[in-house]
Amino acid sequence: MTKTPLQFRHNGRDVAVFVDGGVNLLVALRELIGDMTPKFGCGQGGCGACSVLIDGELHLSCLTLAETVNGRSIETLDGLKDGPNLHPLQRAFMEQFAAQCGYCTPGMLMAAKALLDRNPSPTRAEVIEAISGNICRCTGYEPIINAVLAAATSGRARA
Amino acid sequence: MPVTVKTFASFGEAASALSSDRGARYLGGGTLVMRALNEGDISISTVVRVTDGALSRIDVASSRITLGAGVTFAKILAERDLAFLHAPARSIGGPAVRNMGTVGGNLFAPSPYGDFTVALLALDATVSVQGGLGARDMAIEEFLQSRERQSGALVLAVSCARPASADAFRYRKIARIKPKGGSVITIAAHLPVSGGRISGARIALASMAATQIRARAAERALEGRALDDAAISAAAAAATEGVSPADNALGSAWYRREIVGVHLRRLLSGLE
Repeated sequence: MTKTPLQFRHNGRDVAVFVDGGVNLLVALRELIGDMTPKFGCGQGGCGACSVLIDGELHLSCLTLAETVNGRSIETLDGLKDGPNLHPLQRAFMEQFAAQCGYCTPGMLMAAKALLDRNPSPTRAEVIEAISGNICRCTGYEPIINAVLAAATSGRARA
Repeated sequence: MPVTVKTFASFGEAASALSSDRGARYLGGGTLVMRALNEGDISISTVVRVTDGALSRIDVASSRITLGAGVTFAKILAERDLAFLHAPARSIGGPAVRNMGTVGGNLFAPSPYGDFTVALLALDATVSVQGGLGARDMAIEEFLQSRERQSGALVLAVSCARPASADAFRYRKIARIKPKGGSVITIAAHLPVSGGRISGARIALASMAATQIRARAAERALEGRALDDAAISAAAAAATEGVSPADNALGSAWYRREIVGVHLRRLLSGLE
């Protein structure tokens, strides 16, 4: 089977790989790029654990054909921190105890980032809506919602 | 198993590729085809894509709106002129699914999915289809009845008339997990009023049969009448006529039959 060359921007860095036909972006990121932050959850678009940003828009990497991201920009949790400094969302998740097993956390953070990038001052209802495609099975959603709101507040405080 | 991905610049070439290969499936937003591939569906040997921007076009210039098959639900939600379609678009998945899922793909979504198509069925939409032999327009009802045979055709666009008023089109999705759960029942109603009486009522249901269907008995109960308590009660009582729901994890067929009239009554009464 012929492999297809694929070039895209991964967390600000240009990468090039060869993918098999039909491979999804999640597999390309984890197995070819070595970015293990997007998680494989359901493979059906139901849990959001694999959420990434494609050209700034929240997508499910498990349902994205890898070839369709050629020339595009992908952001994952791996690129969220700025060197040694955690992103305000990451700090808020830690401070608000918004992770337990942590499996949903990368997807939750990317969904939250997609929200804050376009709406730095969301309401509680908007946060709930933004993470509605992401399932958490152990923390419960309240600490996560509070963490996103806290990150938004800290962002405003800095601005 | 690796599949062959074929990307075409024009939908005519893509339609030819689809119609000539039984193992070919069209990839729109990916929420159906990629899911099937992830589950190891060996019936798919080729994935066909089109880069033609025409499939993502929205035309709201006239009283009749046209949505390219590749228009996503997020794009509909961003379009102020499509406010009447915001409730059905918002009822689908979370933000990521709405960024990916398309109008054309939703026509093929099996129960308990395909909620946007319920709205289109109530709005008497027309589906433009490109087959191996050319393009044609089909009534959405005809399309849905032959949906199994349409997998070799390429949907180009759907179009429908804009409802005369905000009150003339109503939509309700009953789901156990809000806002992203699969449909227990989905109802859409288009109720044009002429001289104080309903003229041309269309009510569509999802998860009440193998595909989205019209509730014709309920439509007859409303036709020519004012939307009063008596007419609403008659429609609610007739809501189960012609339905054949299935049991699934979201609800039993018995439960669906029991509640469809209740929710139709609430929809028609304007109750939350």
